[in-house]
Order: sequence, then structure tokens, then C-alpha cells
Amino acid sequence: MVVMPDVKRSDVRKLRVLLIDHSVGRAAILERALQDAGYVVAAKLTGVMNLYKEVERIEPDVIIIDLESPDRDMLEQMREISRDRPKPVVMFAEDDDSDTIRQAVKAGVSAYVVDGLSAKRVKPLMEVAIARFREYQALREELLHAKVSLAERKLVEKAKGLLMQRRGMSEDEAYKALRKMAMDGNRRLAEVAENILAVANILI
Amino acid sequence: MTVVLKQDLEKPQLTLGFVPLTDCAPLVIAQEKGIFRRYGLEVTLSKETSWANIRDKVALGILDGAQMLAPMVLGMSCGVGPVKKAMVTALSLDLNGNAITVSNALYAIMQACAPHDAPLPNRSAHVLKQVIDARRNNGEKPLSFATVFPTATHTYELRYWMASAGINPDRDVRLVVVPPPQMRAHLESGDVDGFCVGEPWNAAVVHAGIGRTLITKYELWNNSPEKVLGVTREWAEQYPHTHRALLMALLEAARWLDQPNCRREAAALIACGRYVQAPEEIVAMSMNGAYRYAFDEVPRDLPDFNVFHRYAANFPWRSHAIWFLTQMVRWRQLRGQVNFRRIAETVYRPDLFRDAAALLGIPAPGVDYKTEGEHAAPWLFDSRITLGSDLFIDGRTFNPDDPIGYLAGIVPVAGRSNVVPLVRR
Repeated sequence: MVVMPDVKRSDVRKLRVLLIDHSVGRAAILERALQDAGYVVAAKLTGVMNLYKEVERIEPDVIIIDLESPDRDMLEQMREISRDRPKPVVMFAEDDDSDTIRQAVKAGVSAYVVDGLSAKRVKPLMEVAIARFREYQALREELLHAKVSLAERKLVEKAKGLLMQRRGMSEDEAYKALRKMAMDGNRRLAEVAENILAVANILI
Repeated sequence: MTVVLKQDLEKPQLTLGFVPLTDCAPLVIAQEKGIFRRYGLEVTLSKETSWANIRDKVALGILDGAQMLAPMVLGMSCGVGPVKKAMVTALSLDLNGNAITVSNALYAIMQACAPHDAPLPNRSAHVLKQVIDARRNNGEKPLSFATVFPTATHTYELRYWMASAGINPDRDVRLVVVPPPQMRAHLESGDVDGFCVGEPWNAAVVHAGIGRTLITKYELWNNSPEKVLGVTREWAEQYPHTHRALLMALLEAARWLDQPNCRREAAALIACGRYVQAPEEIVAMSMNGAYRYAFDEVPRDLPDFNVFHRYAANFPWRSHAIWFLTQMVRWRQLRGQVNFRRIAETVYRPDLFRDAAALLGIPAPGVDYKTEGEHAAPWLFDSRITLGSDLFIDGRTFNPDDPIGYLAGIVPVAGRSNVVPLVRR
């Protein structure tokens, strides 16, 4: 006699994913990545009034949620309400997976999995989500960095202009003077420029 | 005075989590008044958007500790909820501070139903029961009530209040969870008919004239425990001196908060964007010893609406832990054999509190358990510590030596057999 393993419906079909993320851009990137990896993104939400209704309607197997979404606490309650189905449960540190979970929380993402779904099936999906959240984080930091360096360059330009105007220096001389002050004081060029501008403002 | 030596601190840089609620005050005061720094601690306060985040980040060690719901540390330790982690608390952050508020629409029905009783806090649940019965007879859908987390003090308070009037919270109403800053929108949209939440979110709804407070947590159970400082047991064992310095700093901050005339300044400090992010006058509403139940009413005197230090408020009573555990059993979150005393003794650590309090010269109770429901006014404990009144709304008493007897004595709510699980002390 052949005994068929007890396979749940959710184990043979593609996993249905619900994305909840206030960042529309990030959600779009993640949606694409999940689709490429063979998952069905059933819906993307940026934040909803009645999450219970949405989860009941969409019936996801996995909910990927931005860690900063306050909706997490609403999901926590769903496992308590017996008449509501399905029952998503937060994915959390069963010893072998605690590293994945730590990575996820650090990247700013959390997952809720419908009761009974094996952690093995969710892990690759989580890895996609973690990678995309991290990538997005890196992009944002890069953008922030670019903004800061642009602002700093403007300060240096202004300080140079001031030195040229007041001291009759050439552009090259003004730049060298700034650089010397920075090196002598062990400070960043932008800081020196900012100081010069501040002092000039007081003197005027 | 004995000082904490900086070189004793195993981990001087800490990140502590908090949720934007008025009772994050001890953390904010310790930070803003430089108290943490005086104890050699360099603290970053991390605002968290959900209780689930607080739980996960503390359990994973991403946060060193956090403002936590008292039953949350117990739930995590004994496996109520999805995340199991051995937790410790040695400090209660405050007493009281929550309230139950309903929409104007629901209150109007309650008033029509029982004009005399509707505004009385101790009759409010009975009036709600009449409304619920009438709605059931008319075939209307059940009312929805929100709390903030499955193992929140608010959940047990709302359930206790309902059950005290014979309402079965599992059958007669629909209970949901809504994040505190969203309570107002859910009430306005009619998604929920009422909620139990901490401040300033009741005050915000009352101030906007869209809801009415029926009863405060103080009136439900005088001077009942609310938030705690929660850390993992691992953390407490690894950083004992740091933990003690943290307890001392927070104890000092809590003591500052209960000095006369400090609440205004406290309200201004916690209202800002980095912390609660709500208008200062709304935050101040619940901090000044009076409480406004309705938009068109003058505030009533309620000096103990929130208590941060007096009445030994910061002492982690193991009897409080046992009471929360009885509620988890009562509402079937906690099943099977429950060793009440063992859980209370591993999670609640009055011994650590006493060490910290002694260094500050703050008197601490010499025992870990006390009965509840026997004092209608402040009373002298151990002939040296003033404790607050401790009455329950239904006049019951709670003896921590006999949680099973207490559970057995709770009148079964309609439609449920009074199941007393197999429990032992």
C-alpha cells in the first residue's frame, strides 16, 4: 500500500503574498522581485482602515509587512479571533531560523504566515524580501549622502566666493586657503566653509 | 550616597524602545533631564510604531529593553502569543492611565436606555449590557470594541469591565486591535463603537467631541499596574550593573514625575514630535489630576488618573503578575497546567528593585505579594509605606495565594461553562 504524504493545498500551489508597505516605490520593487521568483502577489496595500476585512478577502498565505507599519498589531489579533479566517501568525525565531528573522527585522521587514505553512517554504521568500528591503535602504542612504555632499559643495563654493571677493584671491588661492584651514584644524572642508560664512555674517 | 561607578557598567550605551503614549514619561524624563547620563548611561530612545515591534526587537536583542505592557512580559515568558522568550521586569513604570471611551452614537443610545446610569462610571457596563441585549433582540450586528494588543492590560480591563455586568466579550461583542494613534479615525468612521486605550488618545477623542469616556482604569481597579521596564532574562544576567543603573535612573525620573508642579513641564517634554507627537494641551489633560469624560462637561477631580511613583508604584508586585496570569487563564489564552507562583517569581524581580531602591534611599516593600480589593483609601503598609486604594469595580477581592479559588469564584459569563483548568500553585 502506498501512503500519500499529507500535503496541504497551500503546499502544492504558488504562495499568495500580500504586501503592506507605506513606501509605494519599495513595494513595487519587491512585487516585481517576488513575481520573478514565482510567487503570486495578491495585493499591495499602503495602509488600510480595516485590515481584517482585507485579509479575509485576499486570503494570503504570507503577509510581508513593513516593520514600521502600526498595522502589525492588528495582525497580531487575528490569531485570537477564532471566527476570522485565515489566521496569520508572525514568523519568528524557531531556533534554526532566528538568523533570518534577525536579518529581516534589521532590514525593516516582518512576515506573517498562515497557520500551518512550513517555515521551509517561506524562507526563500523572506530572503527575497530582505534583499529588496536592504537594497532600498542602501539606495535611500546613497540619495541622502548625495544630497548632503551637494549641500556641502555649495557651502564650499560660497566660502570660496567670499574669500575671492573680500580678500581679492583667485579661485585657486581661495580653495587652497580653505584646504589649509581644514588640514590645520583637522576639520572637514565643508565645516571650515560653514564657519567662514557664519563669521562673515556676524561681521556684516 | 552610594554612587554607581561608571567602570562597573558592562554596557553603557543602550537603546530603549517606547511607544508614543503619555506613560513613556519616565523614559523621556530620564533622558531629557540628564538622569541617564548621571548614571553613566548613554541612551538612545527608539520610538516604535507597534507593540509587536517592541516585543520582537527586545526578544532579538535589537533593543536592550523597552517600555512594555505588564502582561506582555509574562505572556512572552510563558508562551502566550507567538514569540516565546524568557523576560524579566524589576520596575513598574506607572499605575492606572487608561480609559474606556465610546462613540457619541453609542453613548446617545446608552443615554436613551438609562439616562440616570449612563454617565456613572460604575454603572456604565450595566447600561452597555442593556444596549447589547436590545440590539440582539432587534437582530442588529454586535458592537465592535478595540484594544491595543492581545496581551495588553487594556484587553483584560475591557473584558473585566464587560464581564462585571454579565457581558460575554467573546460572544456579545467583536473585539479587535487598533493602533492607539488610529483609534480616533476608527471611532469616527464607525468601524469601532468603543475602545480601551492609554493617553493621550482618550483625551484626543473627548477634546474633538467625537466620543465620551465611560470609565477610567483607576475606577475599574484602583491603582492597578500598567507598563513596566522589560528586558530579556539573558540581558539582565549579562549586564547586572547596567540593569541596576537603568532601574535607578528610571526610579529617579518616576519620582520627579510625581512631585507637585512637575506635570506641566512633563507634558510639554513628552508632547513633542520626537516622543508622543500630540498637542501639548491634550497631553496635559490627563496629567493634571483631573479628567474630562465628555466635551461638554467640566473635568472631574481624579488625582490618581496616572501615578508614576507614589503608592510604591514602581515596585514589581508578584501578586500583580499572578493577577494578569489569572486573566490569561480566564480568557483562555493560557491553557493547561499553570504554575502561577513559579512564573511570577521568574519574571517579576522585586529583589532587583530593592537593590536599586536601597541605593537611592527609597523604601521598598519587604514582601512580594499583597491582596487586592480591600482598601477604599490610601493605607499604611509595613507602617512606613503609603499604598493607594485597591478596589475593583465589582467589589471582588484577589488573594494571590489562591489564584484557583479566585478563578473558580468568578461568576461565569453567560453562554460559557465555568471551566477551571487543571492548575496548581
